[in-house]
Amino acid sequence: MKKGFGIFIGICLLWGAVVGFAGEKRNLNTSSPISVEQGKAAAPSSLPGSSKINPADTAWILMSAALVMLMTPGLALFYGGMVRTKNVLGTIMQSFMVLAVVSVQWVLFGYSLAFGPTVGGIIGDLSWFGLQGVGLLPNPDYAETVPHQAFMIFQAMFAVITPALLMGAIAERMKFKAFFFFILLWSTLVYDPIAHWVWGAGGWIRQMGGLDFAGGIVVHISSGVSALAAALLMGKRKGYGTESMAPHSLPMTIAGAGILWFGWFGFNAGNAVAAGMLSTSAFVVTHIAGAAGALSWAVVEWIYKGKPNTLGAASGAVAGLATITPASGFVTPMAALFIGLTAGVFCYVGVFAKNKFGYDDSLDVVGIHGVGGTWGALAIGLFATKAINDAGNNGLFFGNVDLLGVQALAVLVTWAYSFGMTFILLKILDWTIGLRLSEEDEDSGLDLSQHSETGYNF
Amino acid sequence: MEGGGEMKKVEAIIKPFKLDEVKTALSAVAVQGMTVTEVRGFGRQKGHKEVYRGAEYVVELVPKIKIEVVVPDQTVTRVVETIAKAAKTGKIGDGKIFVSPVEEAIRIRTSERGEGAL
Repeated sequence: MKKGFGIFIGICLLWGAVVGFAGEKRNLNTSSPISVEQGKAAAPSSLPGSSKINPADTAWILMSAALVMLMTPGLALFYGGMVRTKNVLGTIMQSFMVLAVVSVQWVLFGYSLAFGPTVGGIIGDLSWFGLQGVGLLPNPDYAETVPHQAFMIFQAMFAVITPALLMGAIAERMKFKAFFFFILLWSTLVYDPIAHWVWGAGGWIRQMGGLDFAGGIVVHISSGVSALAAALLMGKRKGYGTESMAPHSLPMTIAGAGILWFGWFGFNAGNAVAAGMLSTSAFVVTHIAGAAGALSWAVVEWIYKGKPNTLGAASGAVAGLATITPASGFVTPMAALFIGLTAGVFCYVGVFAKNKFGYDDSLDVVGIHGVGGTWGALAIGLFATKAINDAGNNGLFFGNVDLLGVQALAVLVTWAYSFGMTFILLKILDWTIGLRLSEEDEDSGLDLSQHSETGYNF
Repeated sequence: MEGGGEMKKVEAIIKPFKLDEVKTALSAVAVQGMTVTEVRGFGRQKGHKEVYRGAEYVVELVPKIKIEVVVPDQTVTRVVETIAKAAKTGKIGDGKIFVSPVEEAIRIRTSERGEGAL
C-alpha cells in the first residue's frame, strides 16, 4: 500500500508541475505587449483594463481575505478549548486541515463550480479549472475594481471556514479518514452549489432577488443545518449525559472568540468588495451586532441561571456576529442593534433545543449558526433598506412585502438541500469507511488514537 | 532496627490555602522536610456545580493538599497538634490526619539509616 501511495504522490507532483507551468502562461495574457521600464519588468499593471483597478479596494479585499483566513485558526482555538483535553489536537487538526484541503480544492475546481459560468443557475461549469481564466484583471460580474484573483482568494476563505464550522457539531467522535473525505465531498457537493445559487453570476437565488451579503445562507445556514444532519446521524458521544464533558480550557476558547470577532470585520465588510461607504456600514453593524449578542446572551443567562459566564458571553458574541452576517450590507446600525440583541436570545434558546430534542450537537453549531443564519437571512426581509445599499432591496419595514418571501424560500431550500445532501454523503461514507471512532479510540481520545500526539506534555 | 527509635509517618489532607501556614508552623517545631502533593477527594464536604451552555456538571472531587512527613516517634503528638491547629478553619472540609508506622528510612546521599536519615 505504501508503494502505491508513493506512486500516487509522484503522479500528483508531476501533474502539478505540468499544470503549473501550462497555467501560468495563459493567466498573464502574454498576447499584450509588455514594456520594460528602466530595468524593471512592468508586466500586469500595464495590461489594458488594469486602469479600472482601484488600489484602495484591492488593499481592502486582500486584507479582508487575510482576516477571514485568520478566523479558521481562531475557530480551531474556539472549538479546541471547548473539548476535553484528550481531544484538543484532534479538534484543532480538523480546522487546520480544512485550510489545506479546501484551499487546494478551491483553486482546482471549487471556485469554478461556485462562481464559474453557470449551468442552469444550479452550478458553475469547470471552465475555470486550475484558475484558467481567473487572472489579474477584474471580472465585472463580481468586482469591477479589484483583480479577479483577489476576489477568488477572498471567497476561498469562506469556502474554508464553512466545513470547519460544521465539524463542531460532531466533535470528539469522528475518524480522521472519514473527516478528510467528508469535507472534500461536502465542499464540492454542498458548499459550492449553494454559493453558486446565492452569489454566482446567474445563480437561481441571486436571479430571484435573494440577498445574502456575507454568507448567512451560504455559510451559516449550510453549515448549521448540515451539522444537524451530522449530529443526528453520528449519534451522541459515549458517556453523553453522564460523564463530564466540560470545556478543558475556556481561556483558549475566549482567545478564539476574540480572533473570530476581529476576523469578522473582514468576513462582512470585505464583501463590499470596495473600500468606502458600504464597507464602513458593514463594519459598523458587524461590531454592534456582536456586542449586542454578547450582552443579551449574558443577561439572559444571568436571569435564568443566576450568573453570567465567559462561555455564554463569547457564544452570544458569535451568535450576534453570525446573525448579522447576511444582513451586514443592507441594514442600519440601529436595526443591527435589534438583530444582535434578538440573536443572543434566539440562539440561547436554540442551544437549549438540543437538550429538548436529545441530539448531541457538541459545540452548538446548530443552535448558533443554524438559528443565527436563519434569523439573519429572514431579518433582511424586514430591515433591508436601499438607503444603505442601493444594489440591495427594501424589506418589509421599508415598504416592500416581497423580499421576505424570497428570503424565506431561499432559506427553506438551503435547509432542505444542506440537510439532505449531508445525510446522504455521511451515509455513503459510513457504509464505505465508517464514520465513528471505535469505542476504545473514543475513550483514549482523538489526539492519541488519530494522531499519536498529546496536547499537553507538562 | 538500626539507628535508634521508631518512626511514624504523618499524612495530612488539608485545604490548599492552608499550606503556607502549616509549613511555617511545622518548621517552628523543627520538622526538617516534607512531601507535598496536590490531590482531589471528598468527605463530608460537597462538591460544586458548573454550568456550560446549560449543561450542568456536579464536580464531587474537591482539590486538597496532602502533606507527608516522617518524624521520630516521640515528636508525633506535637507534630499532629501543630498541623491540626494551623490547618483548622472550623468549617466542613478542613481535612484529616493519619499516622502510620514506618519500618525504615534511608538517606540516599549518605546511606544513613533510621532517625539519622530524617
